[in-house]
Amino acid sequence: MSITVFVPRDSAALAMNANAVARDILAEAQRRNIKIKLVRNGSRGMMWLEPLIEVQTAQGRVAYGPVESGDVRALFDADFLHGGKHKLNLGLTGEIPYLKKQERLTFARVGITDPVSLEDYLAHNGYRGLRKALTLQPAAIVQQVTESGLRGRGGAAFPTGIKWNTVLNAAGPQKYIVCNADEGDSGTFSDRMMMEGDPFVLIEGMTIAGLAVGAAQGYIYVRSEYPHAISVLNEAIAVAQQADYLGANILGSEKTFTLEVRKAAGAYVCGEETALLESLEGKRGIVRAKPPLPALSGLFGKPTVINNVISLATVPIILDKGAAFYKDYGMGRSRGTLPFQLAGNIKHGGLIEKAFGVTLRELMYEFGGGSASGRAIKAVQVGGPLGAYLPESQWDTPMDYEAYAALWAVLGHGGIVVHDDTADLSKLARYAMKFCAVESCGKCTPCRIGATRGVEVMDKIIADQDRHAQIGLLRDLCDTMLNGSMCAMGGMTPYPVLSALNHFPQDFGIVKKDPSTGGHHV
Amino acid sequence: MMSPSHSEPVTSILAAHRGQPGALLPILHAVQDALGYVPDYAVAQIANTLNLSRAEVHGVVTFYHHFRITPPASHTIQICCAEACQSMGAERLTRHAEKSLAQVSEGECELHPVYCLGLCANSPAMMIDDQLHARVTPEKFDRLIKKMGDGK
Repeated sequence: MSITVFVPRDSAALAMNANAVARDILAEAQRRNIKIKLVRNGSRGMMWLEPLIEVQTAQGRVAYGPVESGDVRALFDADFLHGGKHKLNLGLTGEIPYLKKQERLTFARVGITDPVSLEDYLAHNGYRGLRKALTLQPAAIVQQVTESGLRGRGGAAFPTGIKWNTVLNAAGPQKYIVCNADEGDSGTFSDRMMMEGDPFVLIEGMTIAGLAVGAAQGYIYVRSEYPHAISVLNEAIAVAQQADYLGANILGSEKTFTLEVRKAAGAYVCGEETALLESLEGKRGIVRAKPPLPALSGLFGKPTVINNVISLATVPIILDKGAAFYKDYGMGRSRGTLPFQLAGNIKHGGLIEKAFGVTLRELMYEFGGGSASGRAIKAVQVGGPLGAYLPESQWDTPMDYEAYAALWAVLGHGGIVVHDDTADLSKLARYAMKFCAVESCGKCTPCRIGATRGVEVMDKIIADQDRHAQIGLLRDLCDTMLNGSMCAMGGMTPYPVLSALNHFPQDFGIVKKDPSTGGHHV
Repeated sequence: MMSPSHSEPVTSILAAHRGQPGALLPILHAVQDALGYVPDYAVAQIANTLNLSRAEVHGVVTFYHHFRITPPASHTIQICCAEACQSMGAERLTRHAEKSLAQVSEGECELHPVYCLGLCANSPAMMIDDQLHARVTPEKFDRLIKKMGDGK
């Protein structure tokens, strides 16, 4: 019997040279005349250990990492193929606390299975949700999703079931399912990991969505910065089609659903749903006025479900295990789990799927082990480039949509970017304005002009030119952007800017650096 | 460089995408993949086939950061400058890269910022042509650039 060795094909592992490690393992096994089976799995999400390789042993999977090409020979010498002792040996993968303390529902298979093996997917509870959905009436599928409490994981947190219900009740026959995989937020990579590590669950979720609302065509709009995700998805779609999980007669049900991957072209604003639809139609990614809602008049003017990757990939487990099972996780109106992504200046960055209610402090210290630099953590941006910066006084608030809204912060897509005490929040505020100026679609004035003026005002504040007056202007500008922009691009850029100003005024030169005063708002 | 009014690769790309709903982005990707950029003559040809004005096609090409209207250098280097990479020294890395690449001859290499490669727990990250690299220090950058010069 050959021994199975796992070397991830996830982009994060590839960026740490996983292909060379895989190649060297195969070569060394051949040289020693040992038969091995090499599986290119997804990532377990412990990014500081990538490339994390695993070996299947009688006791379970044993992990080694981070493995460099030069370690391979020594690993063979240490008999890693039977879980042998070596300085990189991390023990049984499932026992590593970082993983063991998680609640992996949406990410249940990621890192465990071969992403493009349908056989593997089926052996790990795959397609049970779809089989269940095929026995239900469309309205009953939608009801399951509604009862689960699932809210849009892209960041807007709109109840998924309500969106689906609108599309179900819209006049047909042509409707669409669109997956928003334009994951442009810095500090986020859960969509990427999902598409690269378990593409079938996304395909299954979209197929269920199609059955639920009566749509026969789906599109996955993936950012061009994710070439590996695109190729894994295309591979998996071809396999699903071959096996009748996609196509004209899904599992003999006479139901049709086909999927196409569309490559984006590097515009951040296309993560906004209406800009994304414009882009899919072959136009510039300009935000549309709402109403009409995409649910009624979406892609090519037809009723359209547009959901984030994680929302759609969560649907199969809800159908399989029931709405009550999923709803049992979480707190308040934030039900289920969120795959948090711990990034930036953090020792142990990676993917942590936990029920809502965990705190930032737990994630950063119990999981993350503190900053990578070893310095004190100063500010944490949660929810991407349009999310607020949180000071230490807010790190114990449970991570829940409503609790964060009360802090004037957002959970967004679950990205957490940690900055140590060398960070200058006035520079980060300037960057937020700059990013908005570069990425604005240009449709509405508050965003298009406001962001450009914002950069100029920040430059004056940083250069101490009439600072107090400029800060007044900055607040005024933010107020206009917040209330006058058409979408979250201009409407939420004030979150990082004002939170930086309010919580870290010393970085804007407006109060003395004295922690005992706590600073006050100007 | 010759600027034909009509090019064979573009013609076959347009034929391959005939009838596809919302075909413009897939066509532009295919043209850029084949030619390295989207030349003027391709814009005219695409506009003609899709029954759009040249201004509309040009507007789409220039809206998206990914598309380019000039031929690329032999190597393209993209350093992530988004927040997560900033927190791990992307700015310092960019300054180092600019200095380091100043010695490379023109047309050999071009350097661009990119806003997120999705490697935010392994910052700073960059891409050399289509290869991803993470946890890039200035030393690692120089090693990779040397390899790039030797390799291709």
